[in-house]
Amino acid sequence: MASTAARSAIAVTGLRRSFGGTVVLDGVDFDVPEGSTFSLLGPNGAGKTTAVQILSTLIGFDGGQARIAGHDLASEPDAVRAAIGVTGQFSAVDGLLTGEENLILMADLHHLGRAGARRRSAELLDKFDLVDAARKPASTYSGGMRRRLDLAMTLVGRPRVIFLDEPTAGLDPRSRRMMWQTVRELVSGGVTIFLTTQYLEEADELADRIGVLDHGKLVAVGTAEELKRNVPGGHVRLQFGAAADLDAAARELSDAARDDEALSLQVPSDGGLPALRALLDRLDRAEIEVDGLSVHTPDLDDVFFALTGHPTTAKEPTP
Amino acid sequence: MSGARPAMSGAGQAMSGAGQAMSDAATMLRRNARHTLRNPGAMIMTIGLPVVLLLLFVGVLGGALNAGLGPAAHGGDYINYVVPGIILMTVGYGATTTALAVNRDMTQGIIARFRTMAISRTSVLTGHVVGSTARTLASAVLVTGVAVLLGFRPTGDSLRWLATIALITLVTLALTWLAVAVGLLAKTAEGVSGFTLIVQLLPFLSSAFVPPDSMSGTVRWFATHEPFTPIIDALRGLLLGTPVEHGGVLAVGWCVALALVGYLWARALFRRDPIR
Repeated sequence: MASTAARSAIAVTGLRRSFGGTVVLDGVDFDVPEGSTFSLLGPNGAGKTTAVQILSTLIGFDGGQARIAGHDLASEPDAVRAAIGVTGQFSAVDGLLTGEENLILMADLHHLGRAGARRRSAELLDKFDLVDAARKPASTYSGGMRRRLDLAMTLVGRPRVIFLDEPTAGLDPRSRRMMWQTVRELVSGGVTIFLTTQYLEEADELADRIGVLDHGKLVAVGTAEELKRNVPGGHVRLQFGAAADLDAAARELSDAARDDEALSLQVPSDGGLPALRALLDRLDRAEIEVDGLSVHTPDLDDVFFALTGHPTTAKEPTP
Repeated sequence: MSGARPAMSGAGQAMSGAGQAMSDAATMLRRNARHTLRNPGAMIMTIGLPVVLLLLFVGVLGGALNAGLGPAAHGGDYINYVVPGIILMTVGYGATTTALAVNRDMTQGIIARFRTMAISRTSVLTGHVVGSTARTLASAVLVTGVAVLLGFRPTGDSLRWLATIALITLVTLALTWLAVAVGLLAKTAEGVSGFTLIVQLLPFLSSAFVPPDSMSGTVRWFATHEPFTPIIDALRGLLLGTPVEHGGVLAVGWCVALALVGYLWARALFRRDPIR
């Protein structure tokens, strides 16, 4: 454990990139130890995809340094390529080929030999539940199947470092669970995972460490627990039927934020059962009638708001 | 490779650079051949459209053109005059298919995947060019076969046939490299349509169907100086056994120039950052 923890699979310092006059990555630093999962969390346009494209040798960068699997990104791109696998946001499968042919294509490009290619392809078809569809053209696959084939193709060469760019965007819950399961298996096999996501839940589920990216800058890096501890977004929302009840409740719960139009009250809370019970007891004692109640745990918006002072969606003020 | 890290796949790492490039290009070529077999519609279009034009110009307009142009000037029947142009159109349609195939690779994201793999970078384009050239030459042979059935009577001189095949291959390479560049450049399949239009229109404004002498003013100037005319004229001379103007230097020159431009352009496009 001690020996592997010291080695970093991805080491990035001061990474910069701009397109035209727009700065997309503005001096990003992070380090991902071998066999761990790092998640880049951020809204659309934060620079996540650009980071993946740079680290996977797809595009160049303007400044900074990066070493992947011990190789310098700028001077040894082919050595980096030999160590990595990439699954992007949009499935990069060959629609005219069957699932099996797609995998054998990858195996041939990794020079696994005829028998080796067939063995590896059969293994992955089985693992990703694609045996029945193996002989059908990939263009006939459903979104979830295409994504599974895409990841299977990435795994053909047994990469040591895998980049996943929003791997579950647009997937149904079952496919999402399956993807998460696969990521965990890979990590337990010593593979390093770098994934981008818009979902705090996903980063929470998978990542050992999370970097929050905003306008090309890493505004926070830490474990999910560390990030959430600093996020005061958790609250209970109380819905009232009459303005009088709202007034009474607002008097009773002085730290709550009221919304007169919606007749609702936001009470800061960790959302746990003891806190809820205490809250309801207080309202009961004051004989305030509550129409409805919902619990909100901190989400990406809250993390963002807490860390950057602006919500994820409002990138520019609406006129 | 750093010595501290065990090589990922022994066979792959041990292979020499040139050997790996050959092996990767062969893999890409197999992929290309599969696409052609999987998608026969493209090949049928490449052959079908020139054959329809052949029927139209020989069967429908042939009589009138024969009378108007005077058969003596062009070695007899009009079909003998028009087939070289039709063959060039076949090559043009083949190139259109290539541009669409390359563009599909780009938009599907599979080229992005190839770029992140430790494979010979040129193999992707080489696979397309070699595969497309083979497919287009096969189409040209089939179209020529149909023309012979319709009454096309080329020369029997085997040396001229060899030169004909060489010239068709050269023009195919030229148009295919241009097509690859266009396919890489276009953001969508619709973006390729400009190339399609040019390749399909240029033969009509050349010596393919009627000699430029019979055209008027600006059109004649254009038809005389555009690249398709010297190439078609050279093909016609080779196929019919008539003299080839300037020994075909102009035709070969245009082909080499277009091939070079297409190749350098495609290479530059393939190397640049794919900015989204």
